[in-house]
Formats: sequence, C-alpha cells, structure tokens
Amino acid sequence: MTMTLQHIERPAIIGTHGNGTRLAADFLRWNGRAAVRFLSRYGVLVGFLVLWQLASSVGWVNASVLPPVDKIVAALWKGLIGGALLGDISISLQRAGIAFAAAVAVAIPLGLFMGQVRAVETAFDPILQVFRQTSALALYPVFILLLGLGETSKIFVIFWATLFPLLLNTTSGVKEVDPKLLEMARVYGASRLTIFRRVVLPGAVPSIFVGLRLSATTALLLLIASEMIGANKGIGFQVMNAQYNFQIPLMFAAIVILAGLGLIANQALVVLQRRLCRWSNPVN
Amino acid sequence: MTGSNRGGEVSIRDLSKSFSLGGRQLAVLRTLNLDIRSGECLVIVGASGSGKTTLLRILAGLEAADSGGVAIDGKPVHGVGAERAVIFQEPRLLPWLTVLGNVAFGLEVRGVPKKQAEERARFYVGLVGLAEFADAFPNQLSGGMAQRVGIARALTVQPEILLLDEPLGALDAMTKIGMQEELARIWSEENVTMVMVTHDLEEAIYLADRVLILPKEKGGAARLIDIDVPRPRERSESRFVHYREELLREFGLH
Repeated sequence: MTMTLQHIERPAIIGTHGNGTRLAADFLRWNGRAAVRFLSRYGVLVGFLVLWQLASSVGWVNASVLPPVDKIVAALWKGLIGGALLGDISISLQRAGIAFAAAVAVAIPLGLFMGQVRAVETAFDPILQVFRQTSALALYPVFILLLGLGETSKIFVIFWATLFPLLLNTTSGVKEVDPKLLEMARVYGASRLTIFRRVVLPGAVPSIFVGLRLSATTALLLLIASEMIGANKGIGFQVMNAQYNFQIPLMFAAIVILAGLGLIANQALVVLQRRLCRWSNPVN
Repeated sequence: MTGSNRGGEVSIRDLSKSFSLGGRQLAVLRTLNLDIRSGECLVIVGASGSGKTTLLRILAGLEAADSGGVAIDGKPVHGVGAERAVIFQEPRLLPWLTVLGNVAFGLEVRGVPKKQAEERARFYVGLVGLAEFADAFPNQLSGGMAQRVGIARALTVQPEILLLDEPLGALDAMTKIGMQEELARIWSEENVTMVMVTHDLEEAIYLADRVLILPKEKGGAARLIDIDVPRPRERSESRFVHYREELLREFGLH
C-alpha cells in the first residue's frame, strides 16, 4: 500500500522539476527495498542452497550421496515434465486426500459433539488418550493384518493418525468458548441450537484450524511411511525405490516434491483460515 | 419520562438468596422488598459481598432466588425474558461479528430477519456515536467503544427494563464521565426502566432517581435514598455534593 501511495503522490508533488530522473530513482529505491525484504525472508534458504551446491560441486561432500542442487532440479524437471513422477504424485494425493477427508468428516462432528456434551467427553476421553499415545506406525502392521496390504490399510493408517489431532483440537475449541459469551446469548433468549450455531461453532473455528494444519502435516508423514511398505507406486515408494537403484537425484526430487506438497497444504489452510477468521489476529 | 402506560414495573417480594461457601451458608440477600417504578433509574450500591450483582442477576433471570420472588408488570419472573436486556461489565462482543453484526445479534436471535435487524441496529450504532465504526471488528475498538457496542446491542431489542451490571467499572476515569453523560441521555430518550449496579457513588448520584443501598452486615436493612437534583446534573452543584456526603456517611467514610 505504501508503495502505491508513493508512486501516486511523488510525481504530483515534485512534478515541476526532473520528473524522469526522480521516477527512475524511485524505481531503483523500490527495487532495492524489495530486494532487502526478499533477502531478509529467504536469504538463509538461498544461502543454504548455494552452500549445498558449492559443497557438492567442489567436493567437500560426497556428490554421489548429496548431489548438487542443479542435478536434483534436473531430475525433478525430468520427472515432472516427462511425467514419470506425475502418476506417483496422483496416487499419493489420492491416499492422503481420502484419509484426510475421512478424518475431517469424522473428527469435526464428533469433536463438536464431545465438546458440547460433558458426559460423552468424560466417557471417551480415556480411550482417546490411549489411542492418541499409541503410535499409528506401530499399529500399521495390525492394520495390514486386518485390512490387507492394499490401499485400504494405507488409507486407514493415515486416517487414524490424522483423526486425533483434529478431534482433540475441535473438542477443546468448543470447550474453551468464553462462557460469558454463552451467557450473553442466553440473555437474549437464544436457544441451545442458536447458541451452538452462532456462538460455539464460530468460536471453535480457530482451534479447529490448528487441528487441520496439524493433521495435514501428519497425513503427509504417514503417507510416506505407509508407501515405504508394500507399495509399488507413490512418492514414498519413489524415495525408497530411487535409493535402492542409487538414483540419488531422483530420490531427492521425490523428497522435494513431498516438502512442496506440505508447504502447499499448509498454505492453503492458512489462506482458508484468513478467509474464515478475518476477525482474529492474523495467523503467522 | 414518567412512562406510566409503558411497562417495566418491577416488584421484588421477600427476596432471599444465599450461597454455600466452604460448607457454610452465606446469606447475601435477606427478605428484600422493593418496587421499581416504570421508567425510573434505580442505582444499587453496596460494599462488595452485599449482593448487588446477585440481585441484578436474579432480575435478569440468570439466577433463581431461594425464596420470595420478582414480578415484572405483575407477571412472575422465571428465567430470561424479552422485556429485559442486560449490559455487563465486559462488553461481551462476539469477536467474529462486526460492530453492526454484534448490535443486531440480539434481534436476530429473537427471530427478526437479518436485514430488518441490521437496519434497526444501524440506528442504535449511530445513537452511541459509532456510525463510522459499523463495519469494524471488536478487536479494533477501544474499551469504551466496545462497551458502547454492548449498550447499543441491549438498546436495539428495545427492552422495557435495562439491567446494567457495573457497566462502566472497567473504563478509565475520563471515558467513564463521558459514558455516564451518555447513559443519562439514552435513559431520558429511550423511556426505559434502568436498574444499575455500581460501586461509584458519584456515578450513582449522577444517574439515579433513587439509590438503593444494600447492607453488608447481618440484620442491616436496605435503604433507599431519593436523589432530588434537577437534570441535567452538575457534579459541583451543592445538592449533588450534599448527596455525595450523605452516601459517604452511609458507608462510614465521612
């Protein structure tokens, strides 16, 4: 905003002399400021990549284990443009997506209900705490025994791991809605349903989003783990497979794709949260 | 301002309420009898623990009496009712609604269509001087502004009785005086029965037709004092000062 203001105001104020040079100066200063802002935010990341490239190409590290950045980028490019990795991305997204959607469909209604009805929460809390503390990865063999080595067990283990962060955050979001606001609504004669719809639900949204973001991260984590066992497609499979075949740039390309998916999922949720919670303090 | 044909008459009969505190019964209200006239401004003062907030919460229908009861325009009070609105010490605004949305909230909850509710809300947002801030969110407001929104929300449902629980207690001294003037103006314009709890004696004298002093000790009797000062009131006027001294004496402070 400040930048646009400046561009509108400056020429008008000093319009009588040396318009062109001032504009050029402004433009340079604008560029300079943008560069400073870019560097202060991404400088460390860029430095890390430069160091990696240097270390690998000069020979400070074993280039066959940590290939230079340009080779990884080339492998990534080839995988994406050539289409070799697209099938893997698609199947992985499908697994994580179905599991995440199922977790949302179960955890949010259940969490809202548990947060509202004390008896239900009291009854379910101990078993949920036990389930939550049991590593989903440790249970994966159990799920394989029960559901077979196919898609179902993979999706289920991701579902299982994403369910709990979302459920617990939804429940606590409901429980932590300010009782003074509930009383205020009651004074105006609001029914239980109205209070739920107009006070409890919107009040719980920020906490639900904390759960969604945690769950999205967990979903990708479990996706890779599940694809490393008994899969023949998927990004997690590609990481393992490329390593077996010593296609190290390809392995790193798959890892970069994973990181990218995580960033995209998180950013999408941040944007959605900003949309829905314009009223609250901006999320990081 | 006499409001004789408008409702908003409150009669309190033999009202008692006690709380159990660590196994001991602690009586806060003991067989209180009081008639509040339609359209009057009654201000309740008393030391902390004298039960003034409890009395207000019983009037609001948020708490039940142990014995005795309250009737409004002859009808016994059970729970909250559409003829009453409460202004709390905190603004209690919904942070996800704009100022206009918050002010319209009470009406919407009562089934008034959103458009209509917002139309009437806009009038009251203007009345409390926040027309420019109608689209702002609560976290963008100062404490005084937020409390104005709470006041506008209560006015929008056009209650016969406005119950105020230390509404200005959390505000700084300067804001407070401005808001007292505003409350006096609103009360005279809206033709509403106002029952207000405060611990600020000057505020009580500035606003009240009558001041109810609740006793602290056991066996003490509640006292009513008529405030006979012409409005708009002047804090430095001799009668005003006289009442202040009388109230201070009542609290053993003078």
